[in-house]
Amino acid sequence: MESKNGLLIKGIGVSPGIAIGKAYIFDQMDAQASYYKLENPSRVGDEIERLKHAIETSIEQIESLKSELLGFEVNEPICILDMQITMLKDASFVERTIEKIKEHCVNAEWAMGMTVDTYKEIFSRLDDEYIRERISDVQAIGQRIIRNLSGEINKRRKPVSTAEAVIIVAKDLSPADTAQMKIDHVQGFVTDAGSQTSHTTIVARSLGIPAVVGMEKVTQILRTNDDIIVDGATGLVIINPDVDLVRRYEVKKQDYLIAHKELLIDAHLPAITKDNYHIKISCNIEFPEEIPAAIKYGADGIGLYRTEFLYINRQELANEQEHLDNYRNIISAPPLQWATIRTFDLGGDKFYSNPKLAKEMNPQMGLRAIRFCLKEEGLFRMQLRAILQAAENGKTKILFPMISSIEEIRKAKNILMSVKEELLEEGCPVSENIKIGVMIEVPAAAMLAKELAREVDFFSIGTNDLIQYALAIDRSNEHVTYLYEPLHPAVLRLIKEVVDAGHDAGIEVAMCGEMAGDPMNTVVLLALRIDEMSMYPLAIPRVKRIIRASSLQDAESLLKSIMPLGSVEEIRKNVENYMHLNFQKELLTG
Amino acid sequence: MTIRGTLNINNKLGIHARVAARLVSVTDRYNADVFFKKGEQRINAKNILEILMLSCPQGSVVNVEIEGADAAEMFRELESLAAEKFGED
Repeated sequence: MESKNGLLIKGIGVSPGIAIGKAYIFDQMDAQASYYKLENPSRVGDEIERLKHAIETSIEQIESLKSELLGFEVNEPICILDMQITMLKDASFVERTIEKIKEHCVNAEWAMGMTVDTYKEIFSRLDDEYIRERISDVQAIGQRIIRNLSGEINKRRKPVSTAEAVIIVAKDLSPADTAQMKIDHVQGFVTDAGSQTSHTTIVARSLGIPAVVGMEKVTQILRTNDDIIVDGATGLVIINPDVDLVRRYEVKKQDYLIAHKELLIDAHLPAITKDNYHIKISCNIEFPEEIPAAIKYGADGIGLYRTEFLYINRQELANEQEHLDNYRNIISAPPLQWATIRTFDLGGDKFYSNPKLAKEMNPQMGLRAIRFCLKEEGLFRMQLRAILQAAENGKTKILFPMISSIEEIRKAKNILMSVKEELLEEGCPVSENIKIGVMIEVPAAAMLAKELAREVDFFSIGTNDLIQYALAIDRSNEHVTYLYEPLHPAVLRLIKEVVDAGHDAGIEVAMCGEMAGDPMNTVVLLALRIDEMSMYPLAIPRVKRIIRASSLQDAESLLKSIMPLGSVEEIRKNVENYMHLNFQKELLTG
Repeated sequence: MTIRGTLNINNKLGIHARVAARLVSVTDRYNADVFFKKGEQRINAKNILEILMLSCPQGSVVNVEIEGADAAEMFRELESLAAEKFGED
């Protein structure tokens, strides 16, 4: 275990910046056990007592489990329980753990973890497969002891709180997980799973904190309170670094902050090309708290406010007033000129705390977003009431997610109309200045763009889902993420059809997926005539610089050269070469 | 009293988990200290994990060393346990 000091692990850097601090292992399944070094060697005795007590408790638990099973004719499990008891009574097992407490000056939980690791190592070298497999019993009793130790801790001492700024280390993070964190106390994220489009990435980027994902087994290596360095640009995580390394990274962190500041110098200049073509740049947000960041990084408006956070991880549903307060904050935030509020997209990878809503086999294609809204009309109407009332405060756009047919958008519009009448009858003022849009994220909607364009005031292309559905790639499955390619010819052609159909009908076409925030795609999107690009705050300054340094004419000749290509690799190579050749400076800064 | 002897492991699976548990259930009942030796390894035979890690497949010969007042009784019981192949094939 000691050998992990200075260990360097590489993952995917998805949100730049450097964090230096304590790891906090976030585990939604287990009781959170805390692992820490003892501040004072005099505590060793106490830890040994705690260990012995937890082992006795474990033996008692298994004995009582055994007596419950005795009435049944089940020999095999009882044999296993007997063996586990014999293992718990193994003096060498206890001695090894006590030695670890003394030698490393760590708490009993950590020492127990080390002992199990030691046995794992030894057992893996045994010839006999039957005996090798018995490591599962050693792990089972180890986990039981740790659970008993932390259970006791929870009663006697305060659990580790995230009151001080920590780096969250987790297998993966869902919206429900991040919703329960004191987010302003989080310095960075490190996760086993994840990719460029996973929830962890989105949250880290919107908060402007570093994140490294796709680290595979980092949760097994790191322990709460380990000192770590996270470099979100290179995707490196360093465990228990020495003083010199920390010093060097402090310097890097300063450099990053300076470069970052440099990026902000012209963030407020508009995104107008050299040949005077204007593009609107907006920001994707999930909490009203992100408004200052959106303004700081130069957003013209809010291009996507994801409202799911008003629903998840709550004891009770937010009432209309809470919705209204949130939307007012979003809508009336000068100098932002408009706010696009997406009605809630629940189901899919979003977690709903209401147990009524059972898990689905294939939630991405299940009852979610507009489908769910049309089914649970009461919930939907409440949100629409709040949005309509808040719209008095500024320019508001309502965006309906996951539309796949004309019928769906018509139904949604009918409900909106009926809510509006209801409000007017109640004497509530309702703004006339509300635009209605559909999110184009289902390939069917892209194919129906011409017809859908007649129904609404604007489109917003949600590339994360559109790419996922068009290419049949589960974006949370790390085995296929390599196939996830925004510059895929099929994706480019779908986007072009949507933009052309929108413009033919005289409506604006925005893009709010991660694709819009990657500066490598900016010139292509410019040429495709996307009217509004919405992205995470940090991405805005660089995208704006690239737009200001390009011309529509040049962009169009690039697009002309790649659109006929059928090969994903050729398109990517052409675009990357073009970007590196023409925008070296803009791509490098920050 | 010190007793030295050998145990022949003749059951098909050797000293696997259940056999190790049975061995400990015997050694643990006596006051005498007991050690198993095989090759370079010498382990405390009251600890199941150490017995497992000694790794004794069918055909192994384990040297036994018992020290204490009830050493002889323990050895007799261990010997008969091994002789009846720990109640297995």
